[in-house]
Amino acid sequence: MLLQEAAGAAHPLSGTLAEWIWLVPALPFLGFVVNGLLSLVPATHLGPADPSAAGHEHGQAGHEDRGAHDDHHHVTRHRNAGIVSLVGPAVLGLAFALTAAIFIGMLGAHAEAPFVRTLFPWIVTGDLTLNAALQVDQLSIVMTMVVTGVGFLIHVFSVGYMQDDPGYPRYFAYLNLFVFFMLVLVLGASYPVMFVGWEGVGLCSYLLIGFWFTDKANADAGKKAFVMNRIGDFGFLVAMFLLFANLGTLDFAAVSGRAAELGEGGAVITAIGLFFFLGCAGKSAQIPLYTWLPDAMAGPTPVSALIHAATMVTAGVYLVARSAAIFSLTPVASLTVALVGAITALFAATIGLKQWDIKKVLAYSTVSQLGYMFIGVGVGAYSAGVFHLVTHAFFKALLFLGSGSVIFAMHRAFHHTGSHADAQDMRNMGGLRRFMPWTFGLMWIATLAIAGIPPLSGFFSKDEILASVFARTSHSTLAEASWAGIPGSALLMLIYVLGLAAALLTAVYMTRMMLYTFHGPNRSGDAERSHLAEAPWIMTIPLAVLGVLSATGGLINLPAFLGAPAQKLHHWLEPVTGAASMHITHGEEAHLALGTEMALIALAVAIAVAGMAYAYARLKPAALVPKDQSPAAHGIERVLEHKYYVDEIYDRTIVRPVVALSRRVLWRGMDTGLIDGLFVNGSAYFMRSLGWMGARLQSGQVGTYAWVLVIGVLAVLGAFSLS
Amino acid sequence: MAAFLAGIHYNAWILPVLLLIPTIGAVLVWAHGAVAGQGEAASMTARRLTLATFVLEFVLSIGLWWSLDQQSADWQAVFDAPWIEAWGTRFALGVDGLSVMMVLLTTFLMPLAILGGWTSVKAKVHAYHALMLLLTTGMLGVFVAKDLFLFYVMWEVMLIPMYFIIGIWGGERRIYASLKFFIYTMAASLLMLVAIVYLGIMAGEPLGRPTFDYDAILALNLPPAATFWLFGAFFLAFAVKVPMFPFHTWLPDAHVEAPTAGSVILAGILLKLGTYGFLRIALPFFPGVAMYPAVRTAIIALAVIGVVYGSLVALVQPDIKKLVAYSSVAHLGFVMLGIFALTVESVQGALMVMIGHGLSTGALFLLVGIIYERTHTRLIDAYGGIAKVVPLFATILTVVALSSIGLPGTNGFVAEFLVMIGSFRTYPMMTFVSATGVILAAAYMLWALQRMIYNKLDKPQNAALRDLNWRELGLLVPILAGILWMGVYPQPVLNRMEASARKLVTDVTRNAERQQASMMMGGR
Repeated sequence: MLLQEAAGAAHPLSGTLAEWIWLVPALPFLGFVVNGLLSLVPATHLGPADPSAAGHEHGQAGHEDRGAHDDHHHVTRHRNAGIVSLVGPAVLGLAFALTAAIFIGMLGAHAEAPFVRTLFPWIVTGDLTLNAALQVDQLSIVMTMVVTGVGFLIHVFSVGYMQDDPGYPRYFAYLNLFVFFMLVLVLGASYPVMFVGWEGVGLCSYLLIGFWFTDKANADAGKKAFVMNRIGDFGFLVAMFLLFANLGTLDFAAVSGRAAELGEGGAVITAIGLFFFLGCAGKSAQIPLYTWLPDAMAGPTPVSALIHAATMVTAGVYLVARSAAIFSLTPVASLTVALVGAITALFAATIGLKQWDIKKVLAYSTVSQLGYMFIGVGVGAYSAGVFHLVTHAFFKALLFLGSGSVIFAMHRAFHHTGSHADAQDMRNMGGLRRFMPWTFGLMWIATLAIAGIPPLSGFFSKDEILASVFARTSHSTLAEASWAGIPGSALLMLIYVLGLAAALLTAVYMTRMMLYTFHGPNRSGDAERSHLAEAPWIMTIPLAVLGVLSATGGLINLPAFLGAPAQKLHHWLEPVTGAASMHITHGEEAHLALGTEMALIALAVAIAVAGMAYAYARLKPAALVPKDQSPAAHGIERVLEHKYYVDEIYDRTIVRPVVALSRRVLWRGMDTGLIDGLFVNGSAYFMRSLGWMGARLQSGQVGTYAWVLVIGVLAVLGAFSLS
Repeated sequence: MAAFLAGIHYNAWILPVLLLIPTIGAVLVWAHGAVAGQGEAASMTARRLTLATFVLEFVLSIGLWWSLDQQSADWQAVFDAPWIEAWGTRFALGVDGLSVMMVLLTTFLMPLAILGGWTSVKAKVHAYHALMLLLTTGMLGVFVAKDLFLFYVMWEVMLIPMYFIIGIWGGERRIYASLKFFIYTMAASLLMLVAIVYLGIMAGEPLGRPTFDYDAILALNLPPAATFWLFGAFFLAFAVKVPMFPFHTWLPDAHVEAPTAGSVILAGILLKLGTYGFLRIALPFFPGVAMYPAVRTAIIALAVIGVVYGSLVALVQPDIKKLVAYSSVAHLGFVMLGIFALTVESVQGALMVMIGHGLSTGALFLLVGIIYERTHTRLIDAYGGIAKVVPLFATILTVVALSSIGLPGTNGFVAEFLVMIGSFRTYPMMTFVSATGVILAAAYMLWALQRMIYNKLDKPQNAALRDLNWRELGLLVPILAGILWMGVYPQPVLNRMEASARKLVTDVTRNAERQQASMMMGGR
C-alpha cells in the first residue's frame, strides 16, 4: 500500500490527462441515464393491448425477431429517437477521444508502474481495503481503446439498424450501460472492482439478448447466458477468496508484486489460477460453459458484434493477461488454459461447419477464436493473446455488422412481401454480392483476415500465437512441467496441432459462409429479390472503417524478423506482462530460428489456403435450395447441425435432475413431508391426543398450553422476588 | 449536525421517545376507532394518523446516524429508569453498532409498509394500524433493550400483534399460518425465558436481588455445565426466528398468508431479531459453547444447508411469495454463516445482509403486493409478458431481483461478498459450498422473473394491467435508492458498525478460549 502510494506520487502520469480517466466510464454512464430516462417516456401508442398483437410469430424459435415487426403495416419510430441517436454514440466518441489523448500522453511517459486513480473508499472493514479505484497502464489503455473505439463504430451502426424499433431509447440505454461496465471491467484497479464490471456486462448481455423479450426463446437465451456466466463468476469469487485468505489483498499491483509468496507451482496458486479460469470459461464461452454464446445471437446483431464478439467475451482473456503474475507461476493452470482453449477452438470450429444460420456460424467462430486467444495467454504469450484479441475485435465486429447488414436487407425484403421466411438462414440468401457490393467486399476482407491470409491482421496475430506455442515446447517452465502425467512438451505439441486443425476448419467454414451468402444464385424468392439493397450509409461507413482496421491491424505487432518497428504491442505491454512472460521462458525472449519460423508460417498459410480451396471446390451454392425445401441432414452432419446435442445432454443430466430433486425430494419430501408433516403437525396431533386423554382438564389447544406456561413461569418469578 | 443534536441532548431522550411514539399512536388510533367507528372517512383518518406517526418516528430516528460515536463499541444513547424494582428489572435502553442500523431499518420500512397496505386493507382498519404501531414498539424494544427481561417482554410484545395481523388480515389459510407462527415461536422462546430468569438470578447473587442488566450478565462467570443448556435455550429461540434450517417451515406459510405489510415486516425486520439475538446474546454470553468446534461447525453446516436448500426449494415454487420466503431462508443462512465464522469482515457482511435483505426482500413483497392487488393471484404462471403493459413495475422488479441475487452495484453484492470473503478465512470448505448459492439464486430469481414479466403476454386478463401509480412509485423509490447507495458507497454504514463488530469478534474469541479452558478443567 505504502509502496503504491509512493509510486503514485512520483508517477509520470500524475497531473496529466490520465487523472481524468474516471470520465471515460462516466460518459457512457451519462448516456445510460439520459437514454434510460427517455425510454421511460412511452414511445407511441403500442397498439391495442391485445396479447395476440403483442408478439408476432416469425421464423423459427430462437431467431432474431425484430421489434419493428410487431406490426407489419407501419413502423413505430420512437418520438425521442433523434436525441437518442445523438447522445448514444456521442458519449462513446468523446470517451474514445479522451482515451486516445491519454494514450498519446502515455507514449512519451514510459511508465513502468500502473497509474492508480483512487476515487473513494468502497468496502473498507477488518483487514479488507477495497477502494473504488481505476488503473491506467499499458494493458488497460489498449483494452479501453478497443472498447470505446469499436464500441463507437457499433453505436453508429446501431443508429441505422435499430431506427425503427419501438424500444430504441431502451436499446441505447442498455448499450451505453454495457460500455460503462465494460470500462469498469478493464480499468478497475482490483479484482473486486473488475468483478463489478464483470457481472455488470453480464447483466447488460442478459438484458440485450432478451431485448425482444416477448419471444420466449429470446428470454430463455438471456437467462441461460446469465446463469452460465454465474457458474463462471462462482469460480472468480472463489479465486478472490483464496487470494485474500493467502495474501490479504486484492489490488492488482499488490497481487502481482506478491504472487511469488503463494509458492510457485503450489496447490494454492494452482487453485487460484483454475478458479479464475472457470470464470473465464463462463464469460468467454469456453468448454464446458460455451453453450450460452450461440444462443445469445437472439439479441440484436450489433449487440452480437459488440458484446458477443469484440469486447465482453474477451474479458476472460484480459483476466488471464491481467493475472499473468499468477498464471506464470502455475504451469498446471496455464497448460489447462491453453489446452481448454485449443480443444474449444477445434470443437467449436467443427460445429461451425454445419450451421445454416449466418449468425450461428459467426457465433461458433467466435467461440473458436476465443479458444485461440486462450492458447496464447495459456502458454504465457500474453501479448500474443491480447494481439489476437485486438485484431479479432476488428474483423469479427466487421463480420457481425456485415451479417447485420445482410439480415437487415433480407428482413426488409421479406417485410415488403409479407413473407415469413427466415432472414438469417443462408439457404434463403445467395448471390447477395450483386445487391450489396460494399458489404460483400468488406466481409471478404474480414474473412481473409480470420482465415489467416497474409498480410491481413488475423494472419499476424494467429501466427504469433502458433509460433509462441511451438517456441515453448522446449526451454520453458511449461514444457518441463507435467499435466496429469503428460509431459508439458508433448501437451504443447498437441495444442499446436489442435491450433493448426482449427485454422484449417476456420478457413473452410468461413469460405462456406461467404459462398452461400454472397455467391451463386439468389434464393430469396422472385418477389423479394427486387427489394434487396445495400444498407444505409450510416451502417456501411462503420463497416468500411472496420475493413481498413481488419486489413492493416497487423501493423501494431509485426513479427520480429521483419525488422525495425516490429513487435510494438509486445514491447508496449512489457511493463505489465513482460516479467511473467519471461519467467515462463526462463528469462529470455522466446525465440525461434528464422528458418523454423518461416517454415511454420508457410505451413499455416498453406493450411489456410488449402481450407479455402477445399471449400470452394466442394461446396456448390447453386445446389442449395431454400430452407423450407431442404432435406434433413443425416449421420455426422446431423450431429454437427445439432451441436453434438450438448444442450440436450446438459438439460437431461443437470437441469432436470436438479429441478426434480428440488421439487420431489427437498420440497415435497423434506419440507412439507418430513419436517412439516411429521415433526411440526405431528407433534400438534400428539399434543391434541394428549389433551383428549386428559379428558376435560385441558382444552387441548397448544396455544393455551403456551399461555399457561408463560403465566406459570411469571408466577414462579414473582414468588421468588417476594421471598 | 452532531453539534445540533448534542445541543438538544438528543441522545438522552431519543430511545424512550422512539418506543413511546408508536405506543401513543396505537392508543390514539384505537381510541379514534372506538369513537369514530369504521366508516370510510374514519378509516382514512386512521391510515393518515398512522403514517404521520411513522414519518415522525423516522424523522426523529435519523439523528442516530450522526449522534453516535463511530469509534466507540460501548452502549450509547443510554436511558435507564427503574421498572419493577422487586424483580430487579429496569427499563434500560441503549444502542451500539450492532443495533443502530437495525433501528434505522425499522423506522425506514414502517411508513413504507403502511403505504404498501394503503388500499388493500379495508376491514377493521383501526385495529390493523394500532397493531402495526404496537408491533413497532416491540421490534424497536428488542433492538434497544439493555435489560434482558425487557428484551424478553418486547420479544413477546411483538409476537402478539403479528399473530393477529396474519390471522385477521391474512389470506385463505391465515388461521393455520398464524397459529403455526405463534406456536412455533412461542414454544421456542419459552425456554429462553427460563434461561433469562436463571441468568438474572445468577447475576444478582452478589446484590441479593436479581438483575437483568446486560453488562452484569455479560460479566458473569457461569458454571461450564450450565452454559450448554443456556446456549441451547437461546439458540432454539433465535434459530426459529431466523429461521435456520430445519426450523424454517413456519416461514413460507406465514409469508404467504400475511397481508403485504405483514410480509414486509416479517421478512424485513422480524427475521433479523433472531440473528440479532445471536450477535447480542448467544455469542457474547456463551462464547465457550458457541465457539466449541463441534457446536460451531454444526451451526455453520446448518447455515450452509440453509443457503443451498433454501435456493433449491425456491427454484420450484409455483407461488411467488413462497419463492421469496425460501429465498429468505437462503439469505439468512448467509447471515448465520457470517456470524459464526466470526471474522470482522464476515460479521460486517452478516450485518450488511441483515440490512440489505430488509430492503430488497421488503421491496419484493411490496411489489408482489402491488401486482396481487390488481390480479388477485400469486401464481407465477398466471403472469407472463407483463413488462409490455407495466414497464415501470417490470423495471423496478428487475432491479430489486438483481439486488436480491447479489449483483455488484447493489447492496446484495457487498453484503454477500463480505460474508463469504470473511468466512473463507475460518471455514473455507463451508464457504465454498455456500458460494454455489450465488449460482442458484440467479437460477430461481431470473426464471421467476422471466415467467412473470418476460415471454409472451398470453393471458388476456393481464393485457389491461395498470402500471404503478404515484403512491406505489413513491414508496418504492426510497428503497431503490437505498439498494444502490448501499451497493456503491456502503462505507458510511460499515464505519458505523465497525467498532462493535470488531469488539464482538475479539471479545468472543478471547472469552471462548477462557471459557473452554475452564470447561476442560471443570469437566475432567
